[in-house]
Amino acid sequence: MDARRMSRAVPRVRQVGFFTPNTPAQHPQPQSAAPSSESPPLSDSPASNSLSPVMIPPPRHLSDNLGGRTAAVPVPGRENSGELPTVGSYNPSESVLWLDSPPRSRIGDEELSEGAESSLGWYRRSNSAKFASSLPSGGFNLSTVKHPESVAAVEAKNPLPEKSEAQKEQASSSKPLKAKTTKAERRALQESQRAAKAASRAEANKSGTPGGAPSSKPMKQPPQKKDGLPVASSIAASERIGVDRSVEKERKKDLPPPRKQFDDESRGGRAKRRSVLNQPEARNRVELFRHLPPHKNGTQLPYLESKFFELHEKHPAVYKVGLQYLAGDLSGGNARCIAMLQAFQEAIRDYSTPPEKTLTRDLTSKIGGFVSFLIECRPLSMSMGNAIRFLKSRIARLPLTLSESEAKTTLCSDIDRFINEKIVLADKVILRHAATKIRDGDVLLTYGSSCVVEMILLYAHELGKQFRVVVVDSHPMLEGQKLLRRLVVKGLSCTYTQLNAISYVMHEVTRVFLGASSIFSNGTVYSTVGTASVAMVAHAFRVPVLVCCEAYKFHERVQLDSICFNELGDPDAISKVPGRVDVNYLDNLTDKQKENLELLNLKYDATPSDYISVIVTDYGMIPPTSVPVIVREYRKEYLLI
Amino acid sequence: MWWRSASFILDRQQEQNTSLPPNPESLLLSSPPPSMADSLQNPKPDISAYYQTRAAHHAVVTSDWLAQAQSAVSLQSNDDVSSGSDGRVAPTGGGTGGDNKTFSVIDEFNSWRKQPDLAEAVAAIRALAAVIRASQATTMMELEIELKKASDSLKAWDATSISLTAGCDLFMRYVTRTSALEYEDFNSARYRLIERAEKFGEISYKARRIIAMLSQDFIFDGCTILVHGFSRVVLEVLKTAAENKKHFRVFCTEGRPDRTGLRLSNELAKLDVPVKLLIDSAVAYTMDEVDMVLVGADGVVESGGIINMMGTYQIALVSHSMNKPVYVAAESYKFARLYPLDQKDMGPALRTIDFGVPIPSKVEVEKSARDYTPPQYLTLLFTDLGVLTPSVVSDELIQLYL
Repeated sequence: MDARRMSRAVPRVRQVGFFTPNTPAQHPQPQSAAPSSESPPLSDSPASNSLSPVMIPPPRHLSDNLGGRTAAVPVPGRENSGELPTVGSYNPSESVLWLDSPPRSRIGDEELSEGAESSLGWYRRSNSAKFASSLPSGGFNLSTVKHPESVAAVEAKNPLPEKSEAQKEQASSSKPLKAKTTKAERRALQESQRAAKAASRAEANKSGTPGGAPSSKPMKQPPQKKDGLPVASSIAASERIGVDRSVEKERKKDLPPPRKQFDDESRGGRAKRRSVLNQPEARNRVELFRHLPPHKNGTQLPYLESKFFELHEKHPAVYKVGLQYLAGDLSGGNARCIAMLQAFQEAIRDYSTPPEKTLTRDLTSKIGGFVSFLIECRPLSMSMGNAIRFLKSRIARLPLTLSESEAKTTLCSDIDRFINEKIVLADKVILRHAATKIRDGDVLLTYGSSCVVEMILLYAHELGKQFRVVVVDSHPMLEGQKLLRRLVVKGLSCTYTQLNAISYVMHEVTRVFLGASSIFSNGTVYSTVGTASVAMVAHAFRVPVLVCCEAYKFHERVQLDSICFNELGDPDAISKVPGRVDVNYLDNLTDKQKENLELLNLKYDATPSDYISVIVTDYGMIPPTSVPVIVREYRKEYLLI
Repeated sequence: MWWRSASFILDRQQEQNTSLPPNPESLLLSSPPPSMADSLQNPKPDISAYYQTRAAHHAVVTSDWLAQAQSAVSLQSNDDVSSGSDGRVAPTGGGTGGDNKTFSVIDEFNSWRKQPDLAEAVAAIRALAAVIRASQATTMMELEIELKKASDSLKAWDATSISLTAGCDLFMRYVTRTSALEYEDFNSARYRLIERAEKFGEISYKARRIIAMLSQDFIFDGCTILVHGFSRVVLEVLKTAAENKKHFRVFCTEGRPDRTGLRLSNELAKLDVPVKLLIDSAVAYTMDEVDMVLVGADGVVESGGIINMMGTYQIALVSHSMNKPVYVAAESYKFARLYPLDQKDMGPALRTIDFGVPIPSKVEVEKSARDYTPPQYLTLLFTDLGVLTPSVVSDELIQLYL
């Protein structure tokens, strides 16, 4: 271990250090046999001497690097590493979506030492490997992977789920799906495992080896393809899961010391100690944003899944929600918040006070534990913070005379009420307010996919108003397409454009409707990255900007920029153009070159209040300067309810 | 600038040297901000503007002024309010109380608004009080429903009048919100409501006086004030300042098409305030000389912006670009829960415009009577709640209505 850590210091050794030993380390699957038999041919390189003979494909391209310094790399756990068919990741079948990009990039960055045919042979080999390996393991895998996979599949099949309903639907529909694992599904699974291995390698040399590149693909793919290709996306989803698990496992074994993730060292340390998840290692990160916790791109998912039955202190409902956050299946402030509250509700229902403890205290700490778990899966949004604060204050205010069951029902109904009043009803009120601002002949612009804005547009359409919608979208999430689809299906006339073209479309726009993740006391709107530029352009064109946001998302914090608090997305997501090999210019960078590359994928930005004409909230339409008034009044209210 | 011209200051100082001896009490309380006082020689630096104003205000509505206003109002019955009611013939109200059998809120309202000094909101509330008086209701609930109907019909009668709407809303708010009403028997509750409505007129007078007092600190000697249109509050402010023996000059815009500026200049001339009349298009030309802009408001909206007579927006824009402060004098009952996003975001309030020559039928005429001035162009609002920045308006509204 130590040796490996040290080896990290030498940048090129890094990949070796991680990946060889890890992947094998804890794969319980018995798959290894087949590939291992095939591996030897490649093991003649100096690197593979120290590696297991099994490790055919990865060393192949690594061998160049490995050449000099393999000595430093001890390889524990190699014995059972046979299954390491990391190879699988390169198998062509998987590339339904992004056909040949991975191989190409690969070939590009190794100096083609082995030539094209060797790599071809390699594919072939890997193919066979995959069959050998994945079939037997299928049953096993299914048991663990099943659930999330089916969720993903369900999502893929309903490209237009209403946000809040979506997860209910998922919950209900995931069961039947679980039961019937068709051949196709199993197949998908196998492929996913293969992908997993590829990714595991990729993950391992995250720090900038070429291997890092392909890993991002499986991650990114699913959301984009969702509406178009259900099958493909389900495969992709399963792949992602597969990827994650193997990586996760290897991660568990040995971790390089992560970079500082909190400004406060002690807090950081505490967080680390408590964390269920392993912190992803540091990679090339933009200096200004080093204080933000690095993106956990779903790599931890399988690890968590495997722990599903071990971590008893986490209620399964909470666990499930956490996994959904992690996988990115749940997004959108309201959806996340509702899911969390409902999970808590379930947890509270199943809760029983341990002997010699009081409900108030024990439950609070329990909720605290859940919350910290959720934070690990994905940083909380402000709205969730507010909801948690509400719940905790409710718990704290429970009269001591209440019996346990009474207390539990009170809390559950409180949560229900919160969801109803602060989210569902609030949205309805916002709809009505905002619709008064839509006139016939308007051209409304919206950015990304905000569920409130979507509801407003549909509502106004129902009212028979004649207007046009411009949906502005941006990479890498392309959430706007989801919205676009739903609007077009409902018969609205839409224009779709990318953020780059915003100044071109803005002159014909008469109103800009934006959603928000949170609004701070100084009127700053914290929302999906790109919102600020939309608002600024609109301001420059003197188009009124309406921000639609439920009052429970208001926060008393003051934030001036989007640096202090933010969330990092998957850095690889922005360097890739899915499905377009020819434009993935960043793929074939050498290690050294990659060291000069810092990728920054921010999730949020802050829009100064100057650019906002009005905030439409459940308390009516207010200027951004009145946010603190609402916060003041509202806080009173919800602490007292 | 004008106040720096030595001759003027000397003139005035000679006059003032014969003024009262300093009042020690008021010395402590004198409040003019130093920034304004130091740059010029305050003729009476030691007299508290605050107490002077207060004294002056006991006789604020002289019978003479009332008579003047009465005659003026017969020409322009609704100058302060941008109601587009020109086309409508206000029916002659059937008395002041609910004495007629065929009672109508609207008639009642119209009779009240004929009084020159009565703000529209007050007239609305008085009309609602008359509804209570005339009502046959025996329970609070019935009365509330009746009131609601009456206020709705009032609002519908003139949807363009913001203070009418605001007045109705305010009173309804009082009816539904006042918890004391629930514990009383019906008659006393009803009596309380009527009393409240009667009082509202007083409150509105008082509001004007308070605004005039508060704004004295902003009118410094030698300043030039640009006013637009005719507003009772603005007149009150200027009048108070004149009574305080402040030396200031007023530029009045003409206020086309109903020439309300002429009326204001007329009033000011009577007070011996130096007045210059401008045509509306000369605002930018004269803005260099102006030290502050003071306007009234038909309505103050939730954003903190104001809706006022046509032309206010451009004056605000010009003064903003020349860094001159824009002050708005408005009573708090003009605060309305509206949020216009741009000029066209309000119901149109149209009026006929006489160009003096026949206009070909093909030519379109912009007939809107009012415009919306966004909050970023306003400096401060003088209200009876205090001197507010535009952003506080929403704060007050939230506290009032939520």
